[in-house]
Amino acid sequence: MNAASRFVERGDVLSWGRVVRRPQRLARPHFADELPALLDDPAATDSLLAIGLRRSYGDSGLNSEGAVIDMTGLDHFIAFDAGTGLLRAEAGVSLSQVLQLVVPKGWFLPTTPGTRFVTLGGAVANDVHGKNHHRAGSMGCHVTRLGLLRGDGERLELSPEENAGLFAATIGGLGLTGVIEWVELKLAKIGSAFLDVEIIPYGSLDEFWALAEESTERFEHTVAWADCMPAGRGRGVFSRANWTYEGDYKAHGDRAWKNMPVDLPGFTLNKLSVSAFNEFYFRAHRWKAGRVRQHYSVFFYPLDAIHNWNRLYGKRGMLQFQCVVPWASARPAMDALMAAIAQSGQASFLTVLKTFGDIASPGLMSFPRPGATLALDFPNRGEETLALMGRLDAITREAGGALYPAKDGRMSREMFRLSFPRWEEFAQAKDPKMNSDFWRRMAA
Amino acid sequence: MSADKGSGTRIIILGATSGIAEATARIWAAQGGRLVLVARDGARAEAIAADLKVRGAEEADVVALDLAKADAAAELDAMVAKLGGLDIVLLAYGALGDQKTLETDPTAARALIETNFTSASAWCIAAANRFEAQKSGALLVIGSVAGDRGRQSNFIYGATKAGLAALVEGIAHRLAPTGARAVLIKPGFVDTPMTAAIPNKGALWAKPEAVGAIIARAAQKGRPVVYAPGFWRLIMLIVRNVPAAIFHKTKL
Ligand SMILES: Cc1cc2nc3c(=O)[nH]c(=O)nc-3n(C[C@H](O)[C@H](O)[C@H](O)COP(=O)(O)OP(=O)(O)OC[C@H]3O[C@@H](n4cnc5c(N)ncnc54)[C@H](O)[C@@H]3O)c2cc1C
Repeated sequence: MNAASRFVERGDVLSWGRVVRRPQRLARPHFADELPALLDDPAATDSLLAIGLRRSYGDSGLNSEGAVIDMTGLDHFIAFDAGTGLLRAEAGVSLSQVLQLVVPKGWFLPTTPGTRFVTLGGAVANDVHGKNHHRAGSMGCHVTRLGLLRGDGERLELSPEENAGLFAATIGGLGLTGVIEWVELKLAKIGSAFLDVEIIPYGSLDEFWALAEESTERFEHTVAWADCMPAGRGRGVFSRANWTYEGDYKAHGDRAWKNMPVDLPGFTLNKLSVSAFNEFYFRAHRWKAGRVRQHYSVFFYPLDAIHNWNRLYGKRGMLQFQCVVPWASARPAMDALMAAIAQSGQASFLTVLKTFGDIASPGLMSFPRPGATLALDFPNRGEETLALMGRLDAITREAGGALYPAKDGRMSREMFRLSFPRWEEFAQAKDPKMNSDFWRRMAA
Repeated sequence: MSADKGSGTRIIILGATSGIAEATARIWAAQGGRLVLVARDGARAEAIAADLKVRGAEEADVVALDLAKADAAAELDAMVAKLGGLDIVLLAYGALGDQKTLETDPTAARALIETNFTSASAWCIAAANRFEAQKSGALLVIGSVAGDRGRQSNFIYGATKAGLAALVEGIAHRLAPTGARAVLIKPGFVDTPMTAAIPNKGALWAKPEAVGAIIARAAQKGRPVVYAPGFWRLIMLIVRNVPAAIFHKTKL
């Protein structure tokens, strides 16, 4: 690396799955005026990628052959109107920081992923979805404007009206259209920081479909935890919730109650321990079944209570799989996916099942689409795990479904192209300077 | 006493674009403080000011100024006149320098000493005079553990901070009968832009947010010398007491 470079080579820059281990050349600016110099830096001659809190699991947030800009130092709020809920902030601001600011003033994110440790830039670049997809659509539906720095140094403002084509490419654009410098977002009004949550254990996928159908009308948030081990296959715990007016507007605290300081030995999560966990989880929720009032941090972000929980999976890391399958084939496809997992003898610790609504995102490359989505995570056991995921791919493909790049480190080029039929249009809008390990795999 | 926690506290931050200063300013902003941000880079300070206003600052004004060259007493008077009083001064600017360069380039060494010690002293003295006269206020100065014992890798920087430490100690002594206070903050390793080039930061490294919280607390009460985080007090006690015969064998 050139001595005059502002990028530092680091071996400790991993994505959330901790599987890909390649050194990254990283710079962490704090002010927007530092960005142009990074575009011209010798380390970025090959290519550049802006990254956030690295909550994506695979290689879409890594750029081993070029350089990465860690955007988390760009964490200034720019403006907030507590009357209208319009927020503008630099792209490195995390959802956690947003909530600490806006919850006490009666506002919440229009939608949120299952962790608050995600930056605004990352949330836009993956067009993230939440438990209220059927009501709110994805994050991109609520972005009113954003600032994009192109590889040639040009600074653009994008909105659904202005530079609309590039706006559409940037929503879910995996950081490949340029560096998102700031985001303007329309927040949602809440009646308190609490939700009325109903927890319903169910015994089979049929019951899940029935619950999902009856719930979308009446509940803003729906999601299910599913058991896909042979012993309990098909069962799960459905939860559905609405914001309540009962309670105050207290934002979450900063403290996590536990940290996972080191990698656990790889054998910790195996078939037996996951089956045991599932049994425990299912029973625990059977006791808890019914209605509870939960703070948003408990309802939306249970995993955030344990920092670095991904280290539970040991040194080899974990592989995520998330697909969406369209309504027409959703039921048989979910049956087949669950059966394949149960037969494989591999254990998915956190399995999430949810239905998406039909609110379309402005994003060209947006993942959510009408149907049902299944998210799984497997401890990385090399070939064996990849083989199972290949089988899950085949079922997804058969069903006309798609895979989620944020959760991927291994999908095939073909699978990618089938998942994102407008990828060629997207490739046109891609900034020639920007690249990622993921994109090199998909498009090279 | 006006330096109480809460809204309206009048605060001047010298070197407002430093990572530690910014983290501290965010805490004061959330409490509704009225802040004047002094920095050489006005555009950066403006970005911080906008952020602080969103976070709840009643006021956040920018004064673009080269602190190392300015007439401290006159500038301070002007800022206080605009604020209508003064409760807290946080002095947070300073340059780290590159020890090797400083050893071979006397002009660079002199410039570092002038910035970190000479000019900083002028600001401290000006603030101390005001606080003594009004019998209230807190002068918070960011020093460094590097000032606790000179070591080969950064003794020129360390010397400027040691000088500043004696100065602030003296001011604290002088202010003691009045109710006003002076506090020297000694951060250990802090993960800020100033130290960005150092890779693989270990367990001794603190986040600027943690140091900021300690500084905001120090503005309220506590000892005249505060290590941030606190465990550095113990580390430096040991470092100071290692006999030279042993110390000189290390590469520290
Ligand atoms: C526990 C957990 C739960 C999750 N739950 C959900 C969920 O429910 N729904 C969901 O949709 N996702 C979910 N995710 C995935 C996560 O929301 C996305 O991966 C998100 O994009 C991560 O944001 P980040 O800030 O960590 O970005 P990174 O992971 O660092 O980067 C993600 C992408 O954004 C790009 N990017 C980041 N910042 C910028 C910028 N400033 N300009 C341009 N491009 C940029 C990167 O290049 C990369 O392509 C979950 C992840 C975890 C760990």
